[in-house]
Order: sequence, then C-alpha cells, then structure tokens
Amino acid sequence: MKHLLSAADLSHDDALQILATAEQMHDVQRREVKKLPVLRGRTIVNLFFEDSTRTRSSFEIAGKWLSADVINVSAKGSSVSKGESLRDTAMTVAAMGVDGLVIRHHASGAPLQVTQWVDAMVVNAGDGTHEHPTQALLDAYTMQQRLGDLAGKRVAIVGDLTHSRVVRSNLILLRTLGADVTLVAPPTLMPSGIADWSAAEGFSYGYDFDEVLPDLDAVMMLRVQKERMSGGYFPTPREYTVGYGLTRDRLRALPDHAVICHPGPMNRGLEITADAADEARSLILDQVSAGVAVRMSVLYHLLGGAES
Amino acid sequence: MSNHNTFLIKGADLVGAGRQDLLIKDGVLAEVGKAAPKGATVVDADGLVALPGLVDLHTHLREPGREDAETVSTGSAAAAAGGFAAVLAMANTNPVTDTAEAAERVHDLGRACGLVDVQPVGAVSKGLAGESLAELGLMARSRAGVRVFSDDGKCVHDARLMRRALEYVKAFGGVVSQHAQEPRLADGAACCHEGELSGRLGLPGWPGVAEDVIVARDIMLARHTGSRLHIAHVSTAGSVEVIRWAKAQGIAVTAEVTPHHLMLSTSRLDGYDPTYKVNPPLRPDEDIEQLRKALADGTIDAVATDHAPHARHDKEHAFAEAAFGMLGLEQALQVVNTVMVQPGLMTWQQVADAMSVRPAQIAGLAGHGRPLEVGEPANLTLIDPSATVEIDGTQSHSLSRNNPWHGEKLIGQVQATFLRGRATLLDQEVITA
Amino acid sequence: MQRPDFSDAGSLDPGSAQAAPPPGRTVLSAGDISRALRRIAHEIVEHNKGADDLVVLGIPTRGEALATRLVGLLAEIEGAQVPVGSLDVTMYRDDLRSQPTRAVGATFIPESGIDDKVVVLVDDVLFSGRTVRAALDALGDLGRPRAVRLAVLVDRGHRELPIRADHVGKNLPTARSERVRVRLDENDGVDEVRIVGGES
Repeated sequence: MKHLLSAADLSHDDALQILATAEQMHDVQRREVKKLPVLRGRTIVNLFFEDSTRTRSSFEIAGKWLSADVINVSAKGSSVSKGESLRDTAMTVAAMGVDGLVIRHHASGAPLQVTQWVDAMVVNAGDGTHEHPTQALLDAYTMQQRLGDLAGKRVAIVGDLTHSRVVRSNLILLRTLGADVTLVAPPTLMPSGIADWSAAEGFSYGYDFDEVLPDLDAVMMLRVQKERMSGGYFPTPREYTVGYGLTRDRLRALPDHAVICHPGPMNRGLEITADAADEARSLILDQVSAGVAVRMSVLYHLLGGAES
Repeated sequence: MSNHNTFLIKGADLVGAGRQDLLIKDGVLAEVGKAAPKGATVVDADGLVALPGLVDLHTHLREPGREDAETVSTGSAAAAAGGFAAVLAMANTNPVTDTAEAAERVHDLGRACGLVDVQPVGAVSKGLAGESLAELGLMARSRAGVRVFSDDGKCVHDARLMRRALEYVKAFGGVVSQHAQEPRLADGAACCHEGELSGRLGLPGWPGVAEDVIVARDIMLARHTGSRLHIAHVSTAGSVEVIRWAKAQGIAVTAEVTPHHLMLSTSRLDGYDPTYKVNPPLRPDEDIEQLRKALADGTIDAVATDHAPHARHDKEHAFAEAAFGMLGLEQALQVVNTVMVQPGLMTWQQVADAMSVRPAQIAGLAGHGRPLEVGEPANLTLIDPSATVEIDGTQSHSLSRNNPWHGEKLIGQVQATFLRGRATLLDQEVITA
Repeated sequence: MQRPDFSDAGSLDPGSAQAAPPPGRTVLSAGDISRALRRIAHEIVEHNKGADDLVVLGIPTRGEALATRLVGLLAEIEGAQVPVGSLDVTMYRDDLRSQPTRAVGATFIPESGIDDKVVVLVDDVLFSGRTVRAALDALGDLGRPRAVRLAVLVDRGHRELPIRADHVGKNLPTARSERVRVRLDENDGVDEVRIVGGES
C-alpha cells in the first residue's frame, strides 16, 4: 500500500493492523509527552482544495505528534478559474521535497489523479462525493471499541448517500471487516446504479428505515444538507425527518446495545434528534477524539517504513 | 519528371468492390479501370481500399479564439491525415460563428490552408445563448453558403426556439443539428454518464434519458414543421430506438455517431482520466452495442468525429473540472475499421456511405461524397485495412494531445488523401500546399 | 506491511518452531533459564535493597514473558507485588526507514506510572544495543524514572552502542553470523536458547 486513496486499498489485514496501531496511538494521545519520533525528518503537506478545519487540524496534529514537519497549503477555489491546473499545483507542492501529501478536494478522484504526477505518498482526506477513507477508519475504530469485532455486525448507513463521500468508504471498509451493511435513503438520494452495485457487491439497500432498525448493531446517520431541497431530492425537512431521521421513536426501536455514529457536522433536528447525539449509545464525541489516533496510525503505516 | 497533378493509383480496391487503377488528372477522376501511366505519379495501392474522400459533419477547429488548442491549419492537417476531404467546423468558437462575416472568415481560412474543405456550421442562436435566432439566412447567403446550423456544446433546449429554427431553415434547405441534452436533467456539475460506475466513483453524472427526451421532442417538432433535423453524436440506445421509429414514419431525421461512442465505454472512467471526459459522455456497453447495430442498419446515417481539441491546461484538472472533449479526426476511420468492418458489421460501401456520401448529402456539399466514377471530383481516401497500428497520441497533427486512443491498438492505416486531385496526404505524410 | 521481528537476536519465525530436529545447538536448557532468572531476581532485590519502587517493563515479544516471570519470582522472594508492564519500542527504532513498516506492539504502563520509580527493562537477548537505546528513548517520553536498569537473559556481545546490562542470565560469546534463538513456553511452547548458523 503506497497511498490511501480509497478504503478499497486496505486488505483485511491492513485494516486490522491500522486499527490496532490506532489503539496504541490513542494511548499516546493521553500521555504528557504526545510525541513519537517515527516521522522525524519527513515533510507532510496538507493540500486542501476545500476548507475542512476539522479534518485538516486532525491530520496536522497527527503528523506533528509523529514528529513530521507539517505544512498546510490552502488551494481553495477552482483551479480552473485561477488558470493553474491540478497537475501544476500538485507538482509545485511536490517540488518542495514532500514525503506525504494529504489531499482534500471538492472533486472526486483528484487525489488519485495526483499520484500519477508526484512521487510522494498521497492520503485522500476526502474527495468530492467519492471517498473519505480515514473517516471510515475512525468510524470503524469507534464502533469496534464498543461492539468488538465487527464481523457479522449489522450496520445501516442512512441519509444523503448520493452526495456523501463517507458512505462509499464506510461501505467498503465495513464489508472488508465482515460487517453486514444496509444503505437506507429515499430513492432520490441513493447513489446512481445502486441496484446493480448492491447486487454485484452483495450488500443490501432499502427505502424503509423502520424495517431495518430493530436488527441493527450500529446506525450511521449522514448529514443531509438543506440545500438538497432545491434540487428536489425531497419536499421538506419535516417530511425527511419523518421518513429518515433518527427520531425519539426510532431511538426506542433501536436495540439497547446498538451504537449511533454521525461523521458530522450534524443537523440536529433534521437527520438526528437533539437527544440522540447525546445518548450513551452515541459515539459522536468518541469519533472526534479517535480521529487523531487513526490518522497517526495511517501516517505511520504509509510513511513510517522504507518505501515499498 | 512526374506530374504532381496527375496520379495513377494502381490496384486499389474500389470501395471493396474489386481492384482497379484510377487516373487522377486536372482534379477529376480521368479514368477508372486499365489506365496507362502518362508521366503520372504512380501510387502503389496494392492491398489498399479506395473510398470517396471522407466528410466529417462535426469538427471543432477552435479558431478563432483558442488557437492554443487548434487552428484551422492544424485541424486541417489532422483531417487530411485521417482521410478527410471536408470537415464541418462547429460554431462554438470565440467569437461564435453566428454571422455571415464570421462564417466567411472560417471558410476562407480553410480555403487558404487548402488541405480540406472547411465548411462552417452556423450557430442556431445568437452567441449560443439559446435565446434568439442567429442570422441564419445571412449565413446561408454568404460566400460560405452555410447549410448546417447548430448550437453544439449546448442544447437548443427552448422548444419554441427549436421550432422556429427548424421552420426557418426550410427556406434555404438548411438543417438543424441538435446537441440533444435536456439541461434540467444534466446539472452544472455533471461530468459523465450516470450509472453504477458514476455512483461508485462519486462522479456527478447525467442519465441517457437526458438525451432521449430531447431526441424524441425534436423528432416530433421535425414532424410538425416538416423540416430536416439532424441529431449530433447519438450516444444512447434510447435515442436509437426513437430515431428508428421516426425513420419508419418517414420523418426527415438523420443522425450521426462518433468513433468514441462506437468503441469506448464508461469503464474507461475508473482512473478519473479527463482524457475520457466527453459530452455526450461515454456510455455503457449496452449502448455501444445498439449504436453499432444502428450504424450498420442505417438508422444512424453517419460517423462524425466531434473532434474536440483541448490544451493541456484545460484537461489536467480534476475530472469534474476538466474540459469536455477528445480528438477524433486522425483515428476515425481506423476505429470504424476496427469495430465495424473487421468484425463484419459493415462493408466498405457502407463505410463510404456513412463517412462520405451521407455526410455530404446532409451538409449539402455537392462536390463531396461522390461515387468513384469518371468525371467525378477526385476526392479520395486510401486506407490499408489490415495494418495493426499502436496509436501514439504524442504524434499528432493536432495541437492538442487529448487522444483517447493513445496506446491503443487499432486496425487500419490511412495512406493517402486527395482533395480535388491534389494529394493532401501521401505515404502518411501531410502535404501542405 | 510486515509482521515484526522484534528480537535483535534475529530469531527465526515461530512457525518453524515445531520442525524436528531443531537446528543448531542448545546453549540454555529450561532448567538453565529458570536458574538464571531466579538469580537475576535475587540480584535485583539485592541491588534495590528490597522491592520498593520497582517497576518491571518487558520489551515485546519475549521480554514481556520474562518480565512476568521475574515479577513472579520477586513475589516469591520478597512477598511483594511489583508492577509489571510492557514497553513497545517499534516507533523509537533507528532502522524504521530501512524496512517495510513494522506493526506496532502494545505498550502497557502500570497504574503507578514510572516517575521516580526504578524501572527494570527486560529483554531476551542483548546484541547491538539498539533496541535498548530505543527503549530508553521511549521511557523518556513516558516519564522520568529515578533509575533504569537492564536485565537480559542472554548477552551475546557485538555491541554497537555504549550500553551494558545490569543483570545477565548468561554471557554467550557468539560469532556475528550466528543467530541466537530464544524460545519461551509462553510464546513457543518450550523453554530453551539455541545458537543457530555460523560456521558449524
């Protein structure tokens, strides 16, 4: 594994090892000296074409705690309008002598494209509506902390699946870890070609949240942006909440042992009731704190050894 | 000394109908059959197929406006190298070809270059804005004699404007070439075919039905107005079905398909290579199969390249932000040979029809698409149909390098092209005037 | 990614442990190992004047088992429960960059912590000294012990750094080309130390 572009880059062993290392990194996070020497002398650039303070700072701290030199480069705005191509931007940054590039881009596939132009290791920190593999790793990490081995566990991912980069990574990783995944959304918010995709990969999908709810070990609620309404994806927020929100009634129907995830930021009251986020069953705060540990683990695995 | 205006083409297979010698003299086919060399330049055409010079209904030459991507001159060279004797230059230049003057300028640039006849396409609407008609009549009356009108790159989506355009061009035997794409079903970010792969790749796409509905609407408008309608770059099985029905009804609709839609499928997108970003988008295999069938059975009249050169800095972006379009002129005949002729789906006569005769008729180019008979203008293409060629996209006459067949093996090699008796390509070398 | 080979003795992978007859020659038997550890435990108590403030940390993988045994022996000798833990040094190694990424082992520091304690580091084989250097760096990031002592089952020589052990089970002169294989009941189902390879 030279890069982490997609959750599909992770074999079952890779995924387990990264999660196990993340646990050690989590311990480091709790000590007074939060510093490991593993990436001493290495330079990591956070190349963000789109704002994301949370993801960027999480990668930044992760890199710094591993003793790497971390530089943030904001390349916000369309490169097309600036007249500089993605290739130009990537090669300019790489020319500074960078070992790792952490790339966030508003367009799907951009981190993968960059790998053909630069030698540096590339981590996808979220690309368009495609993937966000480190988010999936930290979701899996927090779920595993509560539920143990995820093999055979039933997980539903609910919400705006079309426009989410999290859903693909989570679907792929959870299935790599042996979980049983169901996607739930109104038909207008399902990824295109879902029938063929689910048949080819052997996961299920449906339009009825209540049907799957009582059998779940985990439910992952995805953010629904209010502006989707203008695209006609659903009529009103009220109607969406009734159909697909994690409401109080649904919290009651959810098994007691089941956990609740939300990769954030939340729309309390739309896809998730105000109470749900604060429930004991909620992993939402754990998810934030696990972010650094998981990213430390990823950076260590990609940059800690000799180049393969 | 051999005479550069007299060529004896020895032993060419005339449109697949048998070997003959051809004598080209004074711009016309002087003799067909046994012809003795009379100081003529002899072209050994043993094993080559002779076709009437190819006509491309759909080319983007980028001049004026984007001369960094292509010029009339470089595009003409690419056309000659691909076996073309005439190309229709689309109107989406800067400024747009929406006036007689603009049309004449493109026309004259082409004549000055002299490698192919460059026939301008006029815009349907002023500035391609889709709001009011461009000066269609003045463009028709101009020295360029524009007959094909298109807002290509954009769909004439306003049904009223489309109706008016169809009605209006009847006065001078024009045809409206529609880029069929319902904009409300293909939002601004859409960059590929909407289907399983786009779902997996997280690329915003638009569905085939966005094309189908406009094809269906415009066919009904053509029936209502009794006008000629041409569907540019048909890419879906749904469009094919509707066009087949329309032809059975006797509605005056014609259609073209591009080489890339005959060969390349959505599966090319999995590496997010913007070379494969094109509009209409590459479609799944099921569509490709129907397009091949439709071309073979005549439902689709013509192969047109939609040659769309782009400078590197317009392509080397994230997939969603890169420019739409790919090159086509140099590889079109090779692709048709590879996917249609070699597998036995089409004869050479059908290729001649689809790449020369029908396009010339649709575009109203009287001197093109003529049979290879004595007295006809000597517009001619010679292809070696059996050579296997690995395409090197870096070796192109085009200024741009967005060649989707780079590294691909195709069958066939265009050896020579003649435009009114002048060799524009000989032994694969472009011969500028 | 590769599974780690933590022992700088260069032990063979445990999967081949069942192969008979085992290669090389036995240099320490189960009885030898047991006696050596008991002696080390006595030395530790003697030097520390009792078991107060001791913390025993094993370096994975086999140092952990040895640490646990030592703590058991300390309990026998002194009747005191000495805190025991493990100290993974993978991320402090100086050869990380020259090999594929190594899996990280577990570090477990007992509740009592290590500040102002006497930490006894335990490993199976002392060779170049690089593992111990890494362990000292790792300790430095975890706290500030009053003193650090080093106990090893085998010292095979060939030091590359100025490091020495305080307690040695057996000094074992070896050729650089030889490999010292420590097998312990907890990890390998048998207690023995063999020398493998070299000129024999």
